[in-house]
Amino acid sequence: MSTAEAVAVEIDRLRVVRGGRVVLDDLSLRLPARRVIGLLGPSGCGKSTLLRAIVGVQIVERGAVRVLGLEAGAPALRSRVAYATQAASVYDDLGVEENLRYFAAVLGAPKGDVARVLSEVDLAEHAGDQVVRLSGGQRSRVSLAVALLGAPELLVLDEPTVGLDPVLRADLWDLFHRLAAEGRTLLVSSHVMDEATRCHELLLMRDGGILAQESPESLLERTGARDTEEAFLTLVRDGRLAHA
Amino acid sequence: MSAFRTIATTRRVLEQLRRDPRTVALLLVVPMALLWLLELVFDAQPATFDRIGPALLALFPFVVMFLVTSVTTLRERTSGTLERLLSMPLGRLDLLLGYLAGFGLVAVVQAALASALMLGFLGLDVAGPAWLLVIVAVVDAILGCALGLFVSAFARTEFQAVQFMPAVVLPQFLLCGLLVPRDEMGAVLEAISWVLPLSYAVDAMQRITVEASVSARTLVDLAVVTGAIALSVALGAATLRRRTA
Repeated sequence: MSTAEAVAVEIDRLRVVRGGRVVLDDLSLRLPARRVIGLLGPSGCGKSTLLRAIVGVQIVERGAVRVLGLEAGAPALRSRVAYATQAASVYDDLGVEENLRYFAAVLGAPKGDVARVLSEVDLAEHAGDQVVRLSGGQRSRVSLAVALLGAPELLVLDEPTVGLDPVLRADLWDLFHRLAAEGRTLLVSSHVMDEATRCHELLLMRDGGILAQESPESLLERTGARDTEEAFLTLVRDGRLAHA
Repeated sequence: MSAFRTIATTRRVLEQLRRDPRTVALLLVVPMALLWLLELVFDAQPATFDRIGPALLALFPFVVMFLVTSVTTLRERTSGTLERLLSMPLGRLDLLLGYLAGFGLVAVVQAALASALMLGFLGLDVAGPAWLLVIVAVVDAILGCALGLFVSAFARTEFQAVQFMPAVVLPQFLLCGLLVPRDEMGAVLEAISWVLPLSYAVDAMQRITVEASVSARTLVDLAVVTGAIALSVALGAATLRRRTA
């Protein structure tokens, strides 16, 4: 039981084609539960497509994606998996609180959840503001707040910290770790390599494939690199050598 | 399906409208202004105004609601909120019925105001009961919402959505029997007119214009329009996809 539960996501030979282009090919991985997992890679490498496949909103050509023991996108997962897209998917014409109240109703989240997530993303002061009047970073925090509503077991967050100031970014990473300590699993994508050190486990992605999956410490040790950026470059170079 | 989530969606749609008073004003004022213009155009021919006025009372709110609903629903798609909602425990029908109730409410107000204007200030003279005229106008405006919800599934951009107005609405207008009685059109066109919901709405309006009592045919027409609303919503729900490329 415990071993079956310890895996949050299991992907077997996933292949996704978008617009005639193979985005993910023969991708397999297992993600442990109750961890903060960073999905890192350059923009356009297939991060968002992988996240969409895990949430179950992506049409896949082949392969199996199992999330919390069920097929990705299964109706029973719709309140157990939270998803924040890269572009803030909230209603621009509504107020911050109005947005959250609506999504909370759809999720059947308990009363008080709206106030909780507003303070978690530090937007309590902007509760009444119309989203369209917010800055880009504030908008994406509204979108992140929606993903925090209810009690999702898996949070899939596509670049949630883009455009945020360093203090706020640090606060959010602290929040992610608190959530993991509560038993949630977080899969957080980023194209900023320095965020890697904040994760328990890293997935390095390039050209639709996984370059490496390990802890930041072991990655640095194995590659002898000073930081994740350098480790990434080392892996790419080694990969090229191996193919040559 | 969940009534709670449907109502939450309706409330959200109405909150969005409340944040956009200019759209609400246009929604309510434009059909009335057009009907007034119609009366001015036919100032010297009050009999013609009485003949075609009710049909256009069915048409103008229908067109306006069609446009507004299709563009709004499309916005839901392009903003990413549709994908987000469909990854949540929200039924597809919950979403569409929530929209229909929200815009339907606006349609009720709009059609009621337009009918009141026609029967009062513009002095439209019909043989049938005024309440039935209002009901047909309201149901027809709701049909506009339902069709707008349905066709927005086939539009990828707001440009395309707007193009559906001439593509979906104008043929129905040409074939509805207002310009030429439907039985005087060619057999093919008449056959097509029988499957277009606006034909039934206009038929009902024309009967109310000349018949003093409520005929069974009028009620059948109303039932057909109501059925078209249900069908549009059902098809709209069927074409919503939780998974996309």
